[in-house]
Amino acid sequence: MRAIIDGNEAAASVAYRLNELCSIYPITPSSTMAELCDEWAAHGRKNVWDTVPTVVEMQSEGGAAGAMHGALQGGAMSTTFTASQGLLLMIPNMYKIAGELTSTVFHVAARALAAQGLSIFGDHQDVMAVRQTGFALLSSDSPQEAHDMAAVAEMSTLQSRVPFVHFFDGFRTSHELNTVEMLSDEDLRALVPKELVREHRRRALDPEHPFIRGTAQNPDVYFQGRETVNTYYQWVPGVVRDAMDKFAALTGRRYGLVEYHGAPDADTVVVLMGSAVQTVRSTVDHLNAQGRRVGLVNVRLYRPFPTEDLLAALPASVRKVAVLDRTKEPGSGGEPLFLDVVSALGEAYASGHRPDMPKVFGGRYGLGSKDVTPAMVVGVFDELAKDAPRPRFTVGIEDDVTHLSLDYDPTLDIEDPRTNQAVFYGIGSDGTVGANKNTIKILGMDQDRYAQGYFVYDSKKSGSRTTSHLRFGPTPIEAPYLVSQADFIGVHHWSILENVDVLPFARRGTVLLLNSPYGKDEVWDKLPRPVQETILAKDIELYVIDATAVARSAGMGSRTNTVLQACYFAISGVLPREEALTRIKNSITKTYSRKGEEVVRKNHAAVDMAVEHLYKVDLPATVTSDHGLRNPIPADAPAFVRNVTSVMMADLGDTLPVSAMPVDGTYPSGTTRYEKRNVSEIVAEWDPEACIQCGNCSIVCPHAVIRSKFYAPELLADAPEGFQSAELAAAGLPNTRFTLQVFAEDCTGCGLCTEACPVSPLGQPQRKAINITEVAPRLEQEKKNIEFFQTLPVNSRTRVDFGTVRGTQFLEPLFEFSGACSGCGETPYLKLLTQLFGDRATVANATGCSSIYGGNLPTTPWAKNAEGRGPAWSNSLFEDNAEFGLGLRLAADVHTAQARKMTGELREDVGAELIDGLLEAPQFTESDFAAQRARVDLLKERLDALEAGPLDEWHQEKVDNLRSVVDHLIRRSVWIVGGDGWAFDIGSGGLDHVLASGRNVNILVLDTEVYSNTGGQASKASPLGAVAKFATAGKTTQSKDLAMQAIAYGNVYVARVAMGADPQQTLKAFREAEAYDGPSLILAYSHCIAHGIDMRKGLDQQYLAVNSGHWPLIRYNPVIRDEGGNPFLLDSPRPRFSLKEYRSKELRFRMLEKSDPAEAERLIGLGQESVDRRWQSYEDLAARGADMFAADARKGS
Amino acid sequence: MNLETTYLGLRLRNPLVASAGPLSQTVDGIKALADGGAAAVVLYSVFEEQIRHQAELDAALVERNAETFGEALSYFPELPGIDDGDVPAHYLHLVEEGAKAAGVPVIGSINGSTRGGWTQYARQLEEAGAAAIELNIYFVVGDISLSGREVEERHLEILRSVKQAVSIPVAVKLSPYFSSVGHMCRQLSEAGADGLVLFNRFLQPEIDIDAMDVEPEVNLSAQVEGRLPRTWIAALHGRVTASLAATSGVQGPEDVVRYLLAGADVVMSTSALVRHGADYGHQLLGGLESWMDTKGYTCLEDVRGLLSIRHADENAYQRAGYVTALEKAKTTYGGL
Repeated sequence: MRAIIDGNEAAASVAYRLNELCSIYPITPSSTMAELCDEWAAHGRKNVWDTVPTVVEMQSEGGAAGAMHGALQGGAMSTTFTASQGLLLMIPNMYKIAGELTSTVFHVAARALAAQGLSIFGDHQDVMAVRQTGFALLSSDSPQEAHDMAAVAEMSTLQSRVPFVHFFDGFRTSHELNTVEMLSDEDLRALVPKELVREHRRRALDPEHPFIRGTAQNPDVYFQGRETVNTYYQWVPGVVRDAMDKFAALTGRRYGLVEYHGAPDADTVVVLMGSAVQTVRSTVDHLNAQGRRVGLVNVRLYRPFPTEDLLAALPASVRKVAVLDRTKEPGSGGEPLFLDVVSALGEAYASGHRPDMPKVFGGRYGLGSKDVTPAMVVGVFDELAKDAPRPRFTVGIEDDVTHLSLDYDPTLDIEDPRTNQAVFYGIGSDGTVGANKNTIKILGMDQDRYAQGYFVYDSKKSGSRTTSHLRFGPTPIEAPYLVSQADFIGVHHWSILENVDVLPFARRGTVLLLNSPYGKDEVWDKLPRPVQETILAKDIELYVIDATAVARSAGMGSRTNTVLQACYFAISGVLPREEALTRIKNSITKTYSRKGEEVVRKNHAAVDMAVEHLYKVDLPATVTSDHGLRNPIPADAPAFVRNVTSVMMADLGDTLPVSAMPVDGTYPSGTTRYEKRNVSEIVAEWDPEACIQCGNCSIVCPHAVIRSKFYAPELLADAPEGFQSAELAAAGLPNTRFTLQVFAEDCTGCGLCTEACPVSPLGQPQRKAINITEVAPRLEQEKKNIEFFQTLPVNSRTRVDFGTVRGTQFLEPLFEFSGACSGCGETPYLKLLTQLFGDRATVANATGCSSIYGGNLPTTPWAKNAEGRGPAWSNSLFEDNAEFGLGLRLAADVHTAQARKMTGELREDVGAELIDGLLEAPQFTESDFAAQRARVDLLKERLDALEAGPLDEWHQEKVDNLRSVVDHLIRRSVWIVGGDGWAFDIGSGGLDHVLASGRNVNILVLDTEVYSNTGGQASKASPLGAVAKFATAGKTTQSKDLAMQAIAYGNVYVARVAMGADPQQTLKAFREAEAYDGPSLILAYSHCIAHGIDMRKGLDQQYLAVNSGHWPLIRYNPVIRDEGGNPFLLDSPRPRFSLKEYRSKELRFRMLEKSDPAEAERLIGLGQESVDRRWQSYEDLAARGADMFAADARKGS
Repeated sequence: MNLETTYLGLRLRNPLVASAGPLSQTVDGIKALADGGAAAVVLYSVFEEQIRHQAELDAALVERNAETFGEALSYFPELPGIDDGDVPAHYLHLVEEGAKAAGVPVIGSINGSTRGGWTQYARQLEEAGAAAIELNIYFVVGDISLSGREVEERHLEILRSVKQAVSIPVAVKLSPYFSSVGHMCRQLSEAGADGLVLFNRFLQPEIDIDAMDVEPEVNLSAQVEGRLPRTWIAALHGRVTASLAATSGVQGPEDVVRYLLAGADVVMSTSALVRHGADYGHQLLGGLESWMDTKGYTCLEDVRGLLSIRHADENAYQRAGYVTALEKAKTTYGGL
């Protein structure tokens, strides 16, 4: 049976059907495999042995591996899916599983590792890091192979008892849609004899036949014991070969451990594994057709290394071998595959098994999903053709530092001319990717046509750009690289055309479709000049449609996907026009027939209207445009931003050379301000007349686009016409102006500000003092306003009331314009953190949403103020964030202690009064900090003065040392930030330990009650009854009460906050937590797209969460206990809504009502009971005496 | 005392029917209503437009953020039924399980917005085991170009198509806002309605002068609201083949008695049960029984329709039709 699926589904389909248990933890790009298994299990789909596999989500990959180990020792056929850091966390168990000769397959979507930066993309660094564990490693090159090798791996592990890692390239294979011939259940049963499964079970722990496994071994026998497995590893290649033969006999698809492809008399050969094998294969054919004698060796079984098969595969004629590794081992003599090939050949030559020793060269390629093209492969062969090729090289980048990179001609095209190629540009939620996936399924299921689809997403979560690469052809598509010579290019938003070059993939005669607000007669003059030039130079056929208008008049709202898909079908030439339109209509009928005739009719009408309103543009002979692509980078931006960041922003990051990159992953702060993304056509607009200047809009703004300043009226003298201001409404500051400026180009139009605004203009009850309106008519004015606003002085922190929401709007946010989702519930908390403490904060950020919108290139939102101070931010890993943050605290404490000691030692030299001030001054209020900064500055001046005179060695040493730590005399605010996936699951142990450390760290948990970044998997914070991935039947455990766990320590400040319900309480909690000299934990309710809500109603949901008792607001302050008071403060009123009222507005809860109403009713009942019970216990706590709470033992109280 | 009655061809142990309201939203609630005395339970209405709208919103919530970010191509697991506009599973669950738990007929109520929707929903309720279907034709004519005749035709069309689609009894709940209510009722009855439920109360929104906004407002019915339906029941009793159900304004046993005297086959109550609890049914029935006892009746059938217009001047009725009937009703029941 044929299907069009991606590599993840291809592998999971086999893994699911051949196992009894999947123990998993979500990690990109492997998550889909586990999610599919969970879905299949939820739908009762059976494996080939007639049971429904159990799918269990663990708290980390370490946990998943541990559970796997146990399940395997219990005799269950078990599997897991992982990647990258996840696979690294499994390493300890992998040694155990292999050491005990336990049959299992780990399916890995191979991914880069976090080093100088994190990368979610594909390479072999992760699988290379487990090559020493004793697992066999088997590689797949394509979705078809991911399906087939999954079966071969399962067959081989049962036969050999050696566990397998089956891997394929993350994203390139895991996410590529391609035509796959599926194995039936019958096939799988034939391939995997049940007897082998029973043998596996017989080796399990069983009290009826007890034994012990896992002994501790002494020097006398450990070594011998380690050697016992050798014979098993010797068998593996034979076992895999047999499995492949059996597989070929059944399916006709033949594979080898090592496969050779190319000229039988090749003199030059490339050795590699993974998806790029296909690219090299087609390039080899291309070169041999030109008379070259080249070949390819595809290493499919990498561990145990099949030396004999490798030697047998290499033609005797080969003189030069390039081994390409998709990994990096800094400092090694060469990458692993290279070293394996060298050692195989060397030994063969030395022992006389091979008469000569070819020259072997090692190259790195494709790290972090760097595209691997035929052009690069030709570059490698050309290098090898030289007399003295570089012994080590890289390909695909420009290395202008160590000059390792090879040159190649990027314009080379070897694509089969019968392949029809298309590229589509879309934006986030416009449905472009979904429509393209649908197109592939419509066209690719024909017996005589094969299809491929690959989708590139940018790293932003709001207004992100998607690029779809589609191929259709008469033979299987084996081109695992981006389209470079498109027959068709669809640009689904006009703004994309103005911001990036959309025609690098155009060839002569490409058909270009624009969704254009301009008609066929006026569009030409609106095109940027480079676009016009390319259109004329390449003889491009230009079509336009106002898809937005057509969709609207067809009753499709803002969904333009059907309209644009119809246009593609009409003019792409993949099918004859009429047939194409019939096919798309048939597909619509099939998809929507359940939704009624009306919906089908509406969609059919949209197809007809699309074709009617699609126009070919008669091209003039000359270029007329006088404007280029937008280059929004201001001239005064820092050099790095102008030279490097801007290149990434223009989608040209591939052209950046090695020298442009920081060597250690260090990037400048605050670069989002240079990326004016203009993602929304509707943005906030201030009404100065109606505004009461309360600050509510500003505090909830997720993107920090609402800024307020007060200033002397005379400053308005230079204001541009139309600049808005109002009299400041504050006692004690007469004759002062107030401006609330919306940064229109950065606003995502989420509307939280409008929702938070408490007032309406007189006579306009439907409006607020801040409204979401169309930006186009006022954008130029707003730009001028913003420019002027930025010249107004930032209000002095010492003059602002930190204790009120109203006051915080005047504090400069140092977290701004992030790429977070429109209406994000997390970012307002981070922004507040930076407003209050940003100029002296160090932030440890767990991997997750907040590390992505906080640290994903090209531009990052953590910023600095005019004095150059701001949060120092870093992301270590997902699992270690609390520990990482504690480390930052410990380092700060060590250096603060040293600074204080040395300051004291230099007391006589720099002045006793200054030293006393430095060491004894309080550091709590902003004026305290201002004073301490002045003292530190003075100290630095005095150290300068000291150095100006003659200094003895002792003094010089002290002065030098003091300088290196002197900034620590200003109290640092250490923040540990992350989501609930980190705090409740993977980082739970570390978090607990750090809470118990007694150290002064501030922990902010941005709690969305679900894994948001990886796509909605259940965490231990997910509420009872919520539907999430891995809780498809509704979560049946309560969420963990982390607040109460922390309170139990006695010396932890704890707060549960929800800005949408009570911003004042949030503010109070942040300030108390920071001021508390010990560990603080803030649990911040963060509404999220994964809740299934209209994000504009996020604050309403926060309000309901609090007032239904789902999220009671509390503070626990150990300081109050020390003073004899009750430290437990219940800040929210007694619940006045039912839990159901809160939950009915969120899809995560509603879903269960649809799928299992009885269970939904049961769980909502239990949920309500639980809320009532907790409220009761909180009320009891709030009424107790201090002596009923644990004391803070650190202070001896 | 024999309180048995027949409604929509269903034999009921007494004339008290719990109508759509908050108490029948859970299986336990339905059981409580039956235990409290109700002889049948009408569930709250499933509104097709609302369901389709919600289904579209839900589908949009699922789709809006799908395929936009490389690490999360979706945010929700794929569950069956999440994006369709069918009768919600929890409603079908109520129909199925409610009847089992309560041991009395459970009547599903639907409000369609498309012709296909009415019949599709009716079939789904039939499949789920509903004893009967009530068509809640809640149709506020906002289109001022629509004639009264067209509105009537629409009611009849809906009824006919549902009757064709299902074999269980079908009742029509209609509003009193017709130029000729009686004629409308007769047409419905002739078109196959097994029952008429008089009347639907339009829940009219209120204006909140503080928020300066229109607020949806739900009020429990007041006793006085019983007069209008009672008049029409009196006028229709014996004139149409459809059973007659009275709804609105039942506060105490005396209201039940009044409706029965006017000619109702069953008397529905929501407000009183909401105000006093599901168990209040026993009090209503107890009150009915003691009234019958006082008046010397032992069988409900002997009471029904004693004060209906059937007993008025037949000729007068035939001559002037419902207009005369109305005049008579005024005389009998006082000013409207």
